[in-house]
Amino acid sequence: MIKTAEKKNNLITIILLIGAVVFIFLPLYMTIVIAVKDPTDMNNVLALPRKLRLSNFADAWTMTDFPRKFLNTAFITVVNLVFTLITNSFVAYAITRNRKKSKFFSIVYYYFISAMFIPFHVIMLPLVIQASTFHMDNIFGITFLYIVFGLPMNIFIYSGAIKSIPEALDEAARIDGASPLQIFWNIIFPVLKPTSATVAILSFMWTWNDFTMPLVLLTDQKQQTLQLAQYIFSGEFSVNYNLAFASYTMVLIPVLAIYLICQKWIMNGVVAGAVK
Amino acid sequence: MSVTSRHKEKKESRMKRKNKKVDTVYYLGVGFMAVLFFIFHTCAFLKGIFFSFTDWKGYGAWNFVGLKNYFYVFKNKDILAAYAFTFKFAFISTIAVNIVSLILACALNAKIRFKNFLKGIYFLPYMLGSLIVGFIFNFIFGNIIPKLGQTIGNESMSVNILGTSHAMWAIVFVTVWAGCAFNTLIYIAGLQSIDTDIYEAAALDGAHGFKRFRLITFPLLAPSFTINMVLSVKGYLMVYDQIMAMTGGGPGNTTTSIAVMIYKQGLGKGQFAVQTANAVILFIVVVAISIFQLRILEKREEKVG
Repeated sequence: MIKTAEKKNNLITIILLIGAVVFIFLPLYMTIVIAVKDPTDMNNVLALPRKLRLSNFADAWTMTDFPRKFLNTAFITVVNLVFTLITNSFVAYAITRNRKKSKFFSIVYYYFISAMFIPFHVIMLPLVIQASTFHMDNIFGITFLYIVFGLPMNIFIYSGAIKSIPEALDEAARIDGASPLQIFWNIIFPVLKPTSATVAILSFMWTWNDFTMPLVLLTDQKQQTLQLAQYIFSGEFSVNYNLAFASYTMVLIPVLAIYLICQKWIMNGVVAGAVK
Repeated sequence: MSVTSRHKEKKESRMKRKNKKVDTVYYLGVGFMAVLFFIFHTCAFLKGIFFSFTDWKGYGAWNFVGLKNYFYVFKNKDILAAYAFTFKFAFISTIAVNIVSLILACALNAKIRFKNFLKGIYFLPYMLGSLIVGFIFNFIFGNIIPKLGQTIGNESMSVNILGTSHAMWAIVFVTVWAGCAFNTLIYIAGLQSIDTDIYEAAALDGAHGFKRFRLITFPLLAPSFTINMVLSVKGYLMVYDQIMAMTGGGPGNTTTSIAVMIYKQGLGKGQFAVQTANAVILFIVVVAISIFQLRILEKREEKVG
């Protein structure tokens, strides 16, 4: 019994490796190879380039105004991340701890949870009108909307974790004279670190990869994000694939880098976020 | 049992004593965010319902028209075609994604070499934005596969599938490619929570291979199965990014999903009010299907448990 348990299944390993090469590596390899090829070198797409042409990246960089789009996207992602972690965790904490004491918090909790059932496309049209009346059709407005729209999901994830923190912890700090904000910030928030990691990952993925909300809200070229730029330039890209794939590569690299660095973290976080 | 319930009672009585001592800062914090959420999210939702009863174009004057937009949605051939496409797409994608994910999860959970490396590779698609994934596969379907088809002399393969009536299958393929990562991860988490003693007992009873999967593994995966089915259906009913990247709804209107239709007709073509009515119907459909699924799948979980 023990012997068979230690034996590795080579057949499944080989099938999985072949699958990984064909379905995951090949498309990514193709993306990068096309990005460094000359347009005249496209007869055999998958072959290695005859000559490395890095100017594709430079051309894509200037054409899509990459630095500005990158900064816009980074701004939205980072500001959303910071404010989401601070505000959403506090709201979740206040709701979870006071649900039994006051009906108000219970009602708000169910209000947020039921809002999870509303898909974005259902509110998209009125949101566009609303955003233009409030002058929110810029990166500041969209960041604000991301922070507010993330509340239901994040409260859901956070409250599961907060429930498992013993209330005696709060109690002890209260007796020592700590204010509610101090208790939250100095005691609860540090304990919530693993959950915050989950929320941070999901928030990052959402804002970095989101295409729909920028598409309908960010009409000004100077306010647009990286994902949106790929869509806006798809016309130009369809006549020069090398430029297009250079541009895609530049958008994918930050995500791939983050994945390489904290892969395990991300996988655990996504499971924790979904199963709760 | 009695100890925990006594404990609960104690806890509750202690709570009741502190009943009135909720600090105002909690009310302020929660109230503030709830109001913001109401203004920007719920108000938009309510406005959508409101405008679905008008003839507003998104600008200018408007009148109440009662249920006219809803009748229009049910009579308009294009909208009905979009519903048909969306249901078909969501149904096929959900089944395809979950079958492939289950197989992948079982394989990745088996005693294999390079386990963590392989898990990492197969999870990678989750990280990549669906728009760019769609563009990359656009090229594969438009250039690489036709060329391959010409080389091996297969006629149906030498055209760009995205320009044919089979375009949906290409979109399903990309959806499976991108969607498997998440579902597989959930199934793996479910598989790991199964006690290995059960397998040993099953082995003694002569259950191996597919029989073991069908009789033991799959029923015990019920909670993961519920999560995946509900999230998949909800997600694929809203399919948008892949279609915008790959076909834009074409050829013709054959791959126009409801979400794509709401965007295209509602914002550009002066059908604002009609499409808000469409969105309200879509909302009801999504909620009804989710609740229906949860009822059935949770009943199944109970039966298994």
